[in-house]
Amino acid sequence: MSDIADRVKKIVVEHLGVEEDKVVEGASFIDDLGADSLDTVELVMAFEEEFGIEIPDDAAENIQSFGDAVKFISEAA
Amino acid sequence: MFDLTGKCALVTGASGGIGADIARALHSAGASVGLSGTRVEPLEALAAELGERAFVLPCNLSDMEAVAELPKQAIAAMGSVDILVNNAGITRDNLFMRMSDDEWQSVLDVNLTATMKLCKGVMRGMMKARWGRIVNISSIVGATGNPGQANYAASKAGMIAMGKSLAYEVASRGITVNAIAPGFIETAMTDKLTEDQKGGILAQVPAGRMGTPNEIAAAVIYLASAEASYVTGATLHVNGGMAML
Repeated sequence: MSDIADRVKKIVVEHLGVEEDKVVEGASFIDDLGADSLDTVELVMAFEEEFGIEIPDDAAENIQSFGDAVKFISEAA
Repeated sequence: MFDLTGKCALVTGASGGIGADIARALHSAGASVGLSGTRVEPLEALAAELGERAFVLPCNLSDMEAVAELPKQAIAAMGSVDILVNNAGITRDNLFMRMSDDEWQSVLDVNLTATMKLCKGVMRGMMKARWGRIVNISSIVGATGNPGQANYAASKAGMIAMGKSLAYEVASRGITVNAIAPGFIETAMTDKLTEDQKGGILAQVPAGRMGTPNEIAAAVIYLASAEASYVTGATLHVNGGMAML
């Protein structure tokens, strides 16, 4: 697993309080990991800070799963 | 009770009568205060009066780029914004049938759109801190309407409804969003009224007098306090009984 995926996973685990093995490629933040819509906003905020990038609102709306986040950040970072 | 030591508050319209008293009250409760307004001189004078923990942050709220910068400037000066008081407001009164698009838009821009942008600008920090207080200074006319003030009344009602919607969204993060709706308060604006006009207004106020800016400030201190943590989406009417809502 890439470094980016590890760092994203760490944020998701800490923020949502879920088990690490639940955070898989296709895991939806809301449907699978128990996030509410505001949690997804906060996750994006945390990703921005961790990776020093800016995630525009329209892109943020499409980051719905762990895989989405890793993909977006890999391309942006 | 109502100790705000260590909190950082941003107050817009701090050059005006009500805003200055809000800033004084927050400061005397222990908060650091960012004093925003268009006129620098009264802000400097207020900062000098308050001494430590007071920061002058001039901003023209009709300039949306400046509005977007204000939360950043406040955070740079104080370290955070834990309490935001959207107090600034303008009026451009006219009969509805004569009201120009510009009269409408300029009031909506400063009173409502700038308020929205400032709320947005401080929200990230409040969400991370899991604590925040937003107090929007609305007006009695936002609930009752007022002839000649369709623009102002719409903006003030908008602040209440926008605040309620935001209150829903962020309540689980320890952030409260409330409004205060002052009635007739002694300010430079009401000083211009004639005795006859004042008499007419006071006839509608059960308390029989105008309110004072510090009576609005006291309501702000309550809503900003830790003790008010379960009060959100509320509108506190401070109007001497003029409208019992």
